[in-house]
Amino acid sequence: MSTAEQQGAKNGLQQTLANGNQPSAQDFADQQQYLTFLMQDEEYGIDILNVQEIRGWGNVSPIPNAPNYVSGVINLRGAIVPVIDLRMLFHLSDSNYDENTVVIVLKVSTEKVNRIMGIVVDAVSDVFSLLPADKQPPPSVNRNFSHDFIEGLTEVKGKMVILLDSERLLHLENNL
Amino acid sequence: MTKILAVDDSASMRQMVVFTLQSAGYEVVEAADGQQALDIAEGTTFDLVLSDVNMPVMDGIQLVKQLRQLEAYKYTPILMLTTETSGDKKMAGKGAGATGWVVKPFNPDKLLATIKKVIG
Amino acid sequence: MSIDLSQFHAVFFEESFEGLELMEAALLDLDVDNPDSEQINAIFRAAHSIKGGSGTFGFVQVSEFTHILETLLDKVRDGGHAIDADGIELFLQSVDCLRGLLEALQAEQEPDLQRANQLTGVFQAVLDGATYADSSSQVNTNPPQDKGINEVLEPELPVIPEAENLGAVRQQIGFKIDFKPDTDMLKGGNDPVRMLRELATLGEIKTTLDASELPPLESLVADNCYVSWHIELMTSCKIDDVEEVFEWVEDECELSITPIMADAPNTSNSQSEDAQSNSNVQATDTKGERLVMPSGPLPSLDKLQLPSPAVPKSSEAVHPIESSVQEAIKTPVEAKPAKAKPVKVESSSIRVGIDKVDSLINLVGELVITQSMLGQMGSASDSINEENISHLREGLVQLEQNTRELQDSVMRIRMLPISFTFNRLPRMVRDISLQLGKQVQLELSGENTELDKTVMEKISDPMVHLIRNALDHGIEMPEVRKAAGKPELGTIALNAFHQGGSIVIEMRDDGGGIDTERLLAKARGNGLVGESELLTQDQKLELLFAPGLSTSEQVSDLSGRGVGMDVVRRNIQELNGSVEVSTEIGKGSKFRIRLPLTLAILDGQLVTVADQTYIFPLVSISESLQIDGARVNNLAGGSDVYSLREEYIPILRLDRLFGLRQGDAVLDGSLLVVIESEGQKIGVVVDELLAQQQVVIKSLEDNYIRVLGVSGATILGDGNVAMILDAVGLSSLAGKDIAAAKKLTDAAA
Repeated sequence: MSTAEQQGAKNGLQQTLANGNQPSAQDFADQQQYLTFLMQDEEYGIDILNVQEIRGWGNVSPIPNAPNYVSGVINLRGAIVPVIDLRMLFHLSDSNYDENTVVIVLKVSTEKVNRIMGIVVDAVSDVFSLLPADKQPPPSVNRNFSHDFIEGLTEVKGKMVILLDSERLLHLENNL
Repeated sequence: MTKILAVDDSASMRQMVVFTLQSAGYEVVEAADGQQALDIAEGTTFDLVLSDVNMPVMDGIQLVKQLRQLEAYKYTPILMLTTETSGDKKMAGKGAGATGWVVKPFNPDKLLATIKKVIG
Repeated sequence: MSIDLSQFHAVFFEESFEGLELMEAALLDLDVDNPDSEQINAIFRAAHSIKGGSGTFGFVQVSEFTHILETLLDKVRDGGHAIDADGIELFLQSVDCLRGLLEALQAEQEPDLQRANQLTGVFQAVLDGATYADSSSQVNTNPPQDKGINEVLEPELPVIPEAENLGAVRQQIGFKIDFKPDTDMLKGGNDPVRMLRELATLGEIKTTLDASELPPLESLVADNCYVSWHIELMTSCKIDDVEEVFEWVEDECELSITPIMADAPNTSNSQSEDAQSNSNVQATDTKGERLVMPSGPLPSLDKLQLPSPAVPKSSEAVHPIESSVQEAIKTPVEAKPAKAKPVKVESSSIRVGIDKVDSLINLVGELVITQSMLGQMGSASDSINEENISHLREGLVQLEQNTRELQDSVMRIRMLPISFTFNRLPRMVRDISLQLGKQVQLELSGENTELDKTVMEKISDPMVHLIRNALDHGIEMPEVRKAAGKPELGTIALNAFHQGGSIVIEMRDDGGGIDTERLLAKARGNGLVGESELLTQDQKLELLFAPGLSTSEQVSDLSGRGVGMDVVRRNIQELNGSVEVSTEIGKGSKFRIRLPLTLAILDGQLVTVADQTYIFPLVSISESLQIDGARVNNLAGGSDVYSLREEYIPILRLDRLFGLRQGDAVLDGSLLVVIESEGQKIGVVVDELLAQQQVVIKSLEDNYIRVLGVSGATILGDGNVAMILDAVGLSSLAGKDIAAAKKLTDAAA
């Protein structure tokens, strides 16, 4: 395990301890790892099992008459992959794409097929481990983002992280 | 290794027979009609020939007759795969010089038992 | 060991369907007056194979049905039975029936046996002596007492009680076997020692060799058998088991098998029982044939355990059967659509000739060589100089050639000859023309022309529809043709050939041609065309593809309701193909379908709009021109139209349509690409015309959704993604503009 991961694991345990629970072997088995990224100074997290790769921003071809949060499609080693601008999706302020801008390529496997999609974010942060107990349900107060895609909230190193639901993100077309 | 030549114009039958015989440890070569079988038999000597009756180009009866003309196959056991159940049709094979017959449809175990009896 | 036979099912089904096609083709080709024996043999063999295979793999219903078919075919090929046109019809229907049974079994569903049972009854009647025609109309219901049974059914002889069952106290403890092979028994490859070995597995044997007939050494022929055996076999096995050992050599030996009984304690009736038991046993004649004669009277016929035939037993069933069979014979075509649409098992596998695979392997080999050569160059050149660069360029040219050849070769793997689709047509033409009372022959050419498997599967229905139309509306009734001085036999000619990178399928008929005036009248009646509107000949013909137009007095069942020429054209366009029609009244019509050889690759025209590259399928482009501002009309609703010769076409601005930019550029001097979809011309404004090239079609829907106006995407040489435009979708998007343009065209006419 890398130091980041070790740190993450310890945090997970610390959370557990802080919550007054005893860590167990089961805890280690239950922990999920999340990749966190930044968007407009907010931290978001996504299940690392759904992350296929991370790419730089570039060469996006627009799709005719697509919603504004669909930036377009890119060529991912021969596959045509749509790219979603999360800032637009969550109604945050407009972004400037620069050298740090990153595309996280997500993948979700269903019984039939794999679906791939990229999300544009400002920058990638870190990887953390979380236990189910660390996650809290999203607040009922509607902030500026879409509730549909939030799996829950958590706190890491004193900072709040908004956890996104990759499955719902990848089935965006239901919302289109 | 005991070598068997299996002749049948039906691909599915051939596949089944080859698979069955190979699983029992025999070496099998297949042919889709009598002429093919004859050509193959002239090149390699087989310990047993298993042949369907109704085939294009050269049928089983003709094949048996031709094989019996060859020195190497004068006494080789030749079994006809036949669905013919009426007496005279079975006899046609015998008349041509076949050793015996296996009645179709047969199950793989029956085929193996019969072959085992003939060549061990 | 038990072998799983289901692994061979797929091959069995495939070869059975092929066999059925063969049967059908041969039956259609058969000349009843002078039947070709080789063809009849082929038909017999096909049925025989299906029977054998289905029996082996456990498809009992198929093997039972095929059995009676095979029996009759056997007689026909032996010359024992004639065949006539009604007979051929009957056999053709059995082919259909078999196909249905096999399709159901392949889809792992229960097959419907009703048809099979009907046909079996009919065949049974024919075997019993009725004519084909008669037996189709009345079915002989009583299980025939005479040769019918012997031939069709294999009656098991009455079960004869064994010696022990008669209440005899004596037990059989073995058999006494006298085995005297004929002199030349060995010539058949049978070895007496094998038989002795086999007997030994049944029990304990004691053999005594009788060499009394051995001739002196000089006259001894090595191949002959001069010896015989007396064998005592102690066993509790039945006599059948013993007989089985000698089954193959029955006719080549003298054989007698006598049971050995244990001595019984009280033998008061021993004498009579002896006689009784002896008479129960085999009287053998010298040929070794056993005549089993029961001591009691023959069981009466109705107690016979006969395998029940698939023939209706009760006489009450006669009438319903008779009428249903009559119906069955008289209306074969109806029976076909009535049956539920067969579960089309879209085969996900393809048969490829070894030569294609070998060519592929060779080309990949060459590619590897080129790659390693380039690799070497890449690593070796520390200095980038003239020489290295030119070598690199050569290498790249080589690479391009390799990849192109490889691509062609791979495409060919998916290609199959169009005969696969053509093959089902002769039967269809025959059946439908018979039903319509017309005489039509189908001429096929270019059956070996290859095209992509998926394209072929998708063009099949449109082709069928066109042929049905030709039969229904094109070819006239024989009397009409005669009166017009034409031969009564009408002809539909289908031809397929390659042209450029496409396959062209032409369908010509020598019928009455398409009456464009009637089309126009119908279109006017439907409100599609204005009363005072004048149309050119071409435009009138175009009406053929307009939806909802059917000029037959009654929409005949054959051409089907709801499947119109508009659907045919749309299906073809969806394949990036095109269809054209030409006709001459009184002489006939010609349809020309053009299809790409493959669905994966497209010949495209690259264009740029708002710095984005888009691709038009070449086949959809009618022309490209520079806009003459004077010909542009701005209409009230915001649409622009362009005056192109005798019509007005809508001008679409892609930048606006696709939400790319405002799109206010002046039209005068801009480039207009005129595309055509469903008979409708549309002008699309583009910034630049780039190259024409082949592009690989990639799906947008795999990871995204279907986008209107876009049929797919491709990856350009620079690695960027470009959308491939879809003419049909674009016209949907611009519906309003199209309507406006049309109004203008009509007004000006």
